[in-house]
Amino acid sequence: MKASNILPLLSLLFFVLLWQGLAVLINDNTLPTPVLVSQVFWQEIVSGQLPHHLGITLLRLIASFSIAMLLGCALGIALGSSQKLDAFFDNWLVIFLNIPALVTIILCYVWFGLIESAAILAVVINKLPNVIVTIREGTKALDKDLLEMAHCFHFSKRKIFAHVIWPQLHPFVMAATRTGLALIWKIILVVELLGRSDGMGYQLHLFFQLFDVASILAYTLAFIAVIQTIELFILKPLDRQALRWKR
Amino acid sequence: MSDIHIHIKNKSYPTAQEDKEYIIENLNMSLPSNEFICLIGPSGCGKTTLLNIIAKIDTDFQGKITQDHQALHPSIGYIFQNPRLLPWRTVRENIELVFDSQVSADYITSLLKSMQLEAFQHSYPEHLSLGMSRRVSIIRAFAINPEILLLDEPFVSLDAPTARQVRKLLIKLWYQRPHTILFVTHDLREAITLADRLIFLSASPMSVISEIEVTIPRDQRNNEHAIEDFRQSLLRDYPAINDLL
Repeated sequence: MKASNILPLLSLLFFVLLWQGLAVLINDNTLPTPVLVSQVFWQEIVSGQLPHHLGITLLRLIASFSIAMLLGCALGIALGSSQKLDAFFDNWLVIFLNIPALVTIILCYVWFGLIESAAILAVVINKLPNVIVTIREGTKALDKDLLEMAHCFHFSKRKIFAHVIWPQLHPFVMAATRTGLALIWKIILVVELLGRSDGMGYQLHLFFQLFDVASILAYTLAFIAVIQTIELFILKPLDRQALRWKR
Repeated sequence: MSDIHIHIKNKSYPTAQEDKEYIIENLNMSLPSNEFICLIGPSGCGKTTLLNIIAKIDTDFQGKITQDHQALHPSIGYIFQNPRLLPWRTVRENIELVFDSQVSADYITSLLKSMQLEAFQHSYPEHLSLGMSRRVSIIRAFAINPEILLLDEPFVSLDAPTARQVRKLLIKLWYQRPHTILFVTHDLREAITLADRLIFLSASPMSVISEIEVTIPRDQRNNEHAIEDFRQSLLRDYPAINDLL
């Protein structure tokens, strides 16, 4: 095994040991040991509680993420390719970028009721401006020489998008995806905490009221595992596939 | 196909100051169909701009380009000064992409072979030398059998033997299927070797200084003495040309 493979494992082990040491030292149920947390983690999985709530949160994540990315890409490309549109909507973007997540969530629930679509909408509104801004910058940076070439050789619109524009936007889309996932995870929990009766956020709220720190940490563990899985098995391979041509 | 008439009243670029910089003014030229025409002019005089206008990449100008008194709609092959290949597509894909419909794999293979690029057909352009990328861009323009072929100093970074070979191939393809060629170069010898007609252009704002027909028969274009004699007489008869080169 190479040193570059061992080091991350060692550092992880060190982290767990540090945690165990601290927990033993403090000896209080506000900081349970990693052993206890993993026991709770296992019980929650076996009982079906954790998979159920994690599944629901994941569904909300997929729905709101897809809507925000699709809409954000379309609007970002539109703003990036038209100076007039960009000048007109730039203020709107600044406003939406600066509305606190909590405010949008509360307003969505007040206006549309404590329903599923209001929850999804609140997450989308929070994420959308970020995607638009990132994709807009990507669109502004498109290589004019290549677009001229495509125009000169009469590429169809579909071909220009698939072979000239999209590969150039790819790094920007990946950036929006990564920051998006991180942001949505965090917002979605608040959305669930405030107005849903299931999902990770709801469960965490429940554990908070019970002062059940071990369960909170067990759910956090599940969380990190899911995000790492997405990074490793979806995002990284996508990157590798799309960036083969790079020197 | 009939002659193409180019009439550009003016073409300007904005400058940092309020005023515009006129790069082309009152440029009139006719391109007889299926002729091989070389454009010669000092660098920065607007030759690339002219090609871009003909290729309809640049539509921001006063004037018109017509063929049979109608707007120009031919298929155009353009070999740019930089190869402009899509870096995320392989050599072969870059060529296939200029076709609307499915194209025979053998045809593309034969073109790749003619430029000794067959072994690199699945490489990405970033892994090629500039000379190789240039050859790919030449194939791409040839491949669609254009009615007008625009070449913007296409052989600049090629080594002498490759350049000679590509020149030969260009002439061969042109014989096989006649089309109008507009070829920008600084090299008067190269121009005399290739062209039916030389068009000399002034410094910016660009206009036509003189048009000269190359009278050396095609079968004597390999004869370096004939080319050199023609060049000498040209420089003698038109001393102004010296300033353009």
